[in-house]
Amino acid sequence: MGQRMLMKGNEAIAEAAIRAGCIHYFGYPITPQTEIAHYMAKKLPKVNGVFLQAESEVAAINMVYGAGSTGTRVMTSSSSPGISLKQEGLSYLAGAQVPAVVVNIVRAGPGLGGIQPSQSDYFQSCKGGGHGDYRQIVLAPSSVQELYELTVEAFNLSDKYRIVTIIQGDGILGQMMEVVEFRDTEPIERPETPWAVTGHENKRAQNVITSIHLNPAVLEQWNRNLQEKYNLIKEKETRYELYNTDDSDIIIVAYGTVARIAKSVIEKAKEEGFNVGLLRPITLWPFPQEAFEKVIDRTKAFITVEMSAGQMLEDVKLSVNGRRPVYFHGRMGGMVPERDDILKLIRDIYGKSA
Amino acid sequence: MAIVFQKPKALKDTAFHYCPGCTHGIAHRLVAEALDELDIEGKTIGIASVGCSYNSYDYFACDMIQAPHGRAPAVATGVKRSKPDNIVFTYQGDGDLAAIGTAEIIHAAARGENITVIFINNTIYGMTSGQMAPTTLLNQYTTTTPYGRIADHHGFPINVSEVLAVLDGPAYIERASLHDVKHIKKAKEAIKKAFTMQIMKKGFSMVELLSTCPTNWGLNPVEALNRIKNEMIPQYPLGVFKER
Amino acid sequence: MTYEIIMAGFGGQGILSAGMLLAHAAMLDGKQVSWLPSYGPEMRGGTANSSVVISDEPVDCPVLNSANVLIVMNRPSLDKFESWVVKDGIVIIDSSIVNRDITRTDIASFLIPATKIASEMGNTAFANIILLGKLVKEKNAVTVESFRKSLYEVLPKRKHHMIPLEMEALEIGMNYTSA
Repeated sequence: MGQRMLMKGNEAIAEAAIRAGCIHYFGYPITPQTEIAHYMAKKLPKVNGVFLQAESEVAAINMVYGAGSTGTRVMTSSSSPGISLKQEGLSYLAGAQVPAVVVNIVRAGPGLGGIQPSQSDYFQSCKGGGHGDYRQIVLAPSSVQELYELTVEAFNLSDKYRIVTIIQGDGILGQMMEVVEFRDTEPIERPETPWAVTGHENKRAQNVITSIHLNPAVLEQWNRNLQEKYNLIKEKETRYELYNTDDSDIIIVAYGTVARIAKSVIEKAKEEGFNVGLLRPITLWPFPQEAFEKVIDRTKAFITVEMSAGQMLEDVKLSVNGRRPVYFHGRMGGMVPERDDILKLIRDIYGKSA
Repeated sequence: MAIVFQKPKALKDTAFHYCPGCTHGIAHRLVAEALDELDIEGKTIGIASVGCSYNSYDYFACDMIQAPHGRAPAVATGVKRSKPDNIVFTYQGDGDLAAIGTAEIIHAAARGENITVIFINNTIYGMTSGQMAPTTLLNQYTTTTPYGRIADHHGFPINVSEVLAVLDGPAYIERASLHDVKHIKKAKEAIKKAFTMQIMKKGFSMVELLSTCPTNWGLNPVEALNRIKNEMIPQYPLGVFKER
Repeated sequence: MTYEIIMAGFGGQGILSAGMLLAHAAMLDGKQVSWLPSYGPEMRGGTANSSVVISDEPVDCPVLNSANVLIVMNRPSLDKFESWVVKDGIVIIDSSIVNRDITRTDIASFLIPATKIASEMGNTAFANIILLGKLVKEKNAVTVESFRKSLYEVLPKRKHHMIPLEMEALEIGMNYTSA
């Protein structure tokens, strides 16, 4: 058994990155994720790594672009307004196929919004906040233990597919402490990087990292290649958790912190005689459509619960595709869904179908 | 028969797409000659920017990255910090470096980032067809200053070398010109010196090159070269602004 | 058994660190724990609270909107959170700062002038520990031994000389009975 530590979510992300062999970090301060930068600033110099506080979010993501281009494992982290600033860079990373891990500890918007937890960046992360037809893998941990495990996994996925992987948390996950049990050795998978710019040393052809192709036919083909890669990821890397869905009448669809709240509602609902399950997407992109196919014949209705006005809701509706009713409960602005409100919605739905 | 003149090894055998009379080709050649003479092409990583030289990786033979508009110094920082033994340079125009990329260049310079910046100052946005740049001279006509650059409305030109030279970070900053052979030779020495500073790990180095844009200036190549001498140098004096 | 504990007061009273010590001690006892702070500009001077869940089962939900233990170190916190306490829950109040008792009759309260006692001990920073002492005594949420150990593991070395006093504060809280 590995080392057990009581840790903040943000610190667990940073520790996981270092354990995954990421010793280059570039970032800009923003609440509620600054503990990641603090941890990196303290630890990286001790392992011959580089922590650099950039002059802006824009510069930080471009430093990531540079370091990632050399085949180096690299990470940046920010929160919603900062992630908005990084969108230009994320589009370039996607276009040039540079692997990197980007953490978004989501806070409420729009604009400067607030610093309290939110899930209102789902569209931005999953549907493409920057320009162009691109995707990035979006992982949604729901505990500090999972923040650690999925951060390690994020680096493997990024390297495997030459893609950006987003760790999408929220202020609660970043700030809270839970016990993390660390593995003695991490399952690191690092493919060769013959594409990286490292200086050709007169031994190989020139390597170029670029996203510009002014010939439309060439650019279309480039896009086709990207889409092929995205389809492969959809096929191979979709992740989700099903909890108590074997014979439940209603299934709550929720991710991250909200999935934790939903799980505790399931216990309370049981006490009232309601049989409720949970479908928890772990990859927000690719969205776990297949999970719906597994449960749809056995359930009567879905409830999507989010800390947003209903963003994932659209993907849930696409997956259910009219076959079952889809209800929604959302809170915004940094407010967190309350157990009693979800329970009330469950009672209402049972009342309707009774 | 002895070969007395040939393409530098660090330039690929590709014809430039630059307009007739544009000095980008000369600037490319000077950089490539420096890489050859210092024998560093094999470990050099260049950062192309956004502007007419967006595809300079088609010309330079070393490994290259194409950077977002203005961000080349940040990209170069990421490269250098992860590969400190490589030689890293950016090649940026005035719109890229002194407008949209002002924050990136100032902070790379202030950090003393051990990279070399080749800064092409031709007082105009070339690729997007001749708009006002931060370096556009007062009274200069561009497509977005059709009545001339007027200080009251557009503000004043930015003298980038002088601005960066007040920082403690830079190790070497020189402004050179490409308007005649004598000055081109001097520019070559400046570029070589800048790379040498990087090799010696002295920190940030930049060479600003006064360059032409005959197409967007509406001048023929000879008139364009004369304009550097007669109009640009009075605003942008040549010389070394920082050396340590 | 699951303890859902809210600690609340002014920033700077050690609300967050007390919760962290408690969570750490519970971890050492082999329990499942979560600790969630309020965060942001209220760090000093404003209100602060932390939610601690201690359970034999994996913690479903670290975000609380009800609790079976409430520890308050200022009046606004009592006003805000009293209604959150579930039936048969307890409220531990620093009566040297909070000038009222609970109004509900289906929950119990313990009034301890913790800040005053701590001040007499020479350092008001012990007030939070005194209040935790009452929780340890009434609910056995953590063992005294684990609490001692957690002080050594959580506090920086330069503060270890204070630990005997911290433990004394815990004892005072455990044994306090209102007159």
